[in-house]
Amino acid sequence: MSAHLLEVRDLSVEFHTVHGQVKAVQSVSFHLDPGETLVILGESGSGKSVSASAVMNLIDMPPGEITSGEVLYRGKSLLDMTGEERRAINGAKIAMIFQDPLAHLNPVYSVGWQIIEMMTTHGMPSDQAKQRAIELLLRVGIPDPESRMRAYPHQFSGGQRQRLMIAMALALKPDILIADEPTTALDVTVQAQILALLKELQAETGMGLLLITHDLGVVAEVADNVVVMNAGEIVESGPAGEVYANPQHPYTKRLIASAPGRGEMAEPVKAPGEPLLRLEGLSKSFGKFEALKDASLTVMPGEIVAIVGESGSGKSTLAKTLLRLEEPTSGEAFYKGRDLFKMSQKELFGMRRDIQMVFQDPTQSLNPRMSVYDLISEAWVIHPEILPKPKWRERVAELLGLVGLSPDHARRYPHQFSGGQRQRIAIARVLALEPKLVVCDEAVSALDVSIQAQVIDLLDGLRRDFGLSYIFIAHDLPVVRDFADRVVVMQGGRIVEEGTVRQIFEAPRNDYTRALLAASLDPDPEVQAKRRAARLELEVLRP
Amino acid sequence: MRHFIGKRAFASALSLIGLIVLVFFLSRLTGDPTALFLPLDASLESRERFRELHGLNDPIIVQFGHYVWDVLNLDFGDSIRKARPALEVVLSAFQWTLILALTTVFLVTVAAIIIGSLAAFYAGGVFDRIATFLSLIGASAPDFWIAIVAIVLFSVNLGWLPTSGTGTIWHWVMPIAVLFIRPFGLALQVVRGSMITALSSAYVKTARAKGVKASPIIFVHALRNALLPVITVIGDLAAGMLNGAVVVETIFGFPGVGKLMIDSILQRDFTVVLAAIMVSAMAIFLMNLLIDIAYSVLDPRIRY
Repeated sequence: MSAHLLEVRDLSVEFHTVHGQVKAVQSVSFHLDPGETLVILGESGSGKSVSASAVMNLIDMPPGEITSGEVLYRGKSLLDMTGEERRAINGAKIAMIFQDPLAHLNPVYSVGWQIIEMMTTHGMPSDQAKQRAIELLLRVGIPDPESRMRAYPHQFSGGQRQRLMIAMALALKPDILIADEPTTALDVTVQAQILALLKELQAETGMGLLLITHDLGVVAEVADNVVVMNAGEIVESGPAGEVYANPQHPYTKRLIASAPGRGEMAEPVKAPGEPLLRLEGLSKSFGKFEALKDASLTVMPGEIVAIVGESGSGKSTLAKTLLRLEEPTSGEAFYKGRDLFKMSQKELFGMRRDIQMVFQDPTQSLNPRMSVYDLISEAWVIHPEILPKPKWRERVAELLGLVGLSPDHARRYPHQFSGGQRQRIAIARVLALEPKLVVCDEAVSALDVSIQAQVIDLLDGLRRDFGLSYIFIAHDLPVVRDFADRVVVMQGGRIVEEGTVRQIFEAPRNDYTRALLAASLDPDPEVQAKRRAARLELEVLRP
Repeated sequence: MRHFIGKRAFASALSLIGLIVLVFFLSRLTGDPTALFLPLDASLESRERFRELHGLNDPIIVQFGHYVWDVLNLDFGDSIRKARPALEVVLSAFQWTLILALTTVFLVTVAAIIIGSLAAFYAGGVFDRIATFLSLIGASAPDFWIAIVAIVLFSVNLGWLPTSGTGTIWHWVMPIAVLFIRPFGLALQVVRGSMITALSSAYVKTARAKGVKASPIIFVHALRNALLPVITVIGDLAAGMLNGAVVVETIFGFPGVGKLMIDSILQRDFTVVLAAIMVSAMAIFLMNLLIDIAYSVLDPRIRY
């Protein structure tokens, strides 16, 4: 039997931390053959990245330690090689790309220099390397490669940076490409392009692709085989279609069940009466740059309005403007019929109670030196009319119960909670003010899928119980599909389409909306295969 | 860039003017120079003549007006004590300080970068521990004490080096060595800390995944990113030295601008004090400009 291209056998990795030994990866085995795409699927902390880092010799030892197992490249044990032998394999035979290309490219060297270095490091003469670098940039779709070689990473867009990383990784035609969450930080349309590029390049070179992701949609789009990891162990593996259609392990079942985008879509709310919030022709410019152009929008009481769009579409500017964190250049906004932009400081203070915001990253939006009790009760320090002090402790306990935490969590500090729990604390803090409208700016984007589903359920329950309205800003269409009543699509600072959730998802009228929907990934490999075919057709038809 | 330099020059000119005003008036508050320069039993007449000769009788605002006019013509007046143009006195002292400061800063930079980078690469190891220990001693040792002990040891007991003064290359060894120790200790700590951050960054991970060797990872990938805070600190230390290393210059009888300034202040030689301050201020302005330019050369994201 000939050896696999890459084989990991019984690998265990531990980390020595101040809290003792952490078993990051336990007895993990998988293999990869030429031309194959193997996806390691897992949530944060599942050990999926550590497994890949072990292959690349990127685990810092100490604190890390490979306690057992083998990593074989073409039958040769990588772990038994000297540092110099492994260095010769890294980049040349096994290359890697990462999640955040801006952080992973060196900011102070030109991209041309960095791509050329990949080749000269492994012995290619520099003039030949330069020629090859230009070819590579052209191949990955960077226009005007000769002059762009001299540009620096910050002068490219997010998608282009990932293209540069791919060009660099593929410079020496490696046998294996490891891609660690390569599209997680990118917009959906860009994600689709990058995944398509990876597949094309794989077809050209016959390399094995080991892709790490948390996203079932990415699995459906690219995977031949999938390995599902949870808490450092492989719980299930097999062909991607089979695992999706017929999951065996409870964890896989739960993961697939919590994938958004397949629930019932909301029926249009026929809310009579006055809108809670009405925006008229709102614009905001930063110097010459128009971030928001003539946006109009209404939110009815108890309604969930989703704002979707890619980075730079103006969705966050819209939210900041209506919270008056930014002053608009022109336009009007009426909250319960009163003009938000003409309110006095005192009126504004009262209004701020009613409109609250939940941010994307609860790690950054919660003060790490305040206990949960202080974080929640701070609302009543600022607005003492809400609740007299003797009742604070009782109410904090009540709010924690409401968001699914226990009352004795009040004494703890944010770092003692997981990401999902922290977002619940942030929501409890918002509820303390008894708001009417909550603006969620990518509030579930940073959370794992299973946690995401729980937080969405929580938000939905709060709407039923308290009649809250939400402005739900998101780039993740499946979540929006399950949660929103109405959807507003933004592009380049403008609202390009608006409609009920059913209308947007089933009968989009705008080309951009259609492109967004076509690019979004369905967790079902079969559905995704059809969607991919349809997208290719769309691209062929396009002039 | 040219616009930036112009803006900087204008801002510095403003602060130089402020400095002239402040120093001129403050120095007049320390007492009457006639009492210092003329013998105790000098007659009223000769005191009056001295005042007349040096313009000390005019109202202070007139004295200041004359002074500003002269400064604009690069004439700082004569040193009262040495009867030579003040600017000449200052510049001849300043060249000694300049050589001393530049040599020391150069040695500090090279040594701190090499040792600090290696300490960061082997963080927690034996090399790192020794380097950190020595740098902490260096950063906290008082230079006057080291200078005196060094004289006792190397000049008096061993007789290897001259005790003080100038003349041969050996005269430079102890002043530079003593001046080196504290900035070296500080700069080493900054390099080490900044390099530890850089070495744990994502782009270094990329370089390792590319198979880049250890030495270019340290000195090419990480170092250039780590240098900005290092340059800030070293620039600050260099500015201190350009003002004259008063303690070291005094102990080693070194004719630099620090010693000149102290002597001139004690003897109320205003013209020299003012000229020295102006020259030092100009030097510091130029150095800050160089640091800003170095920033933008090192980091393409910084553009003025």
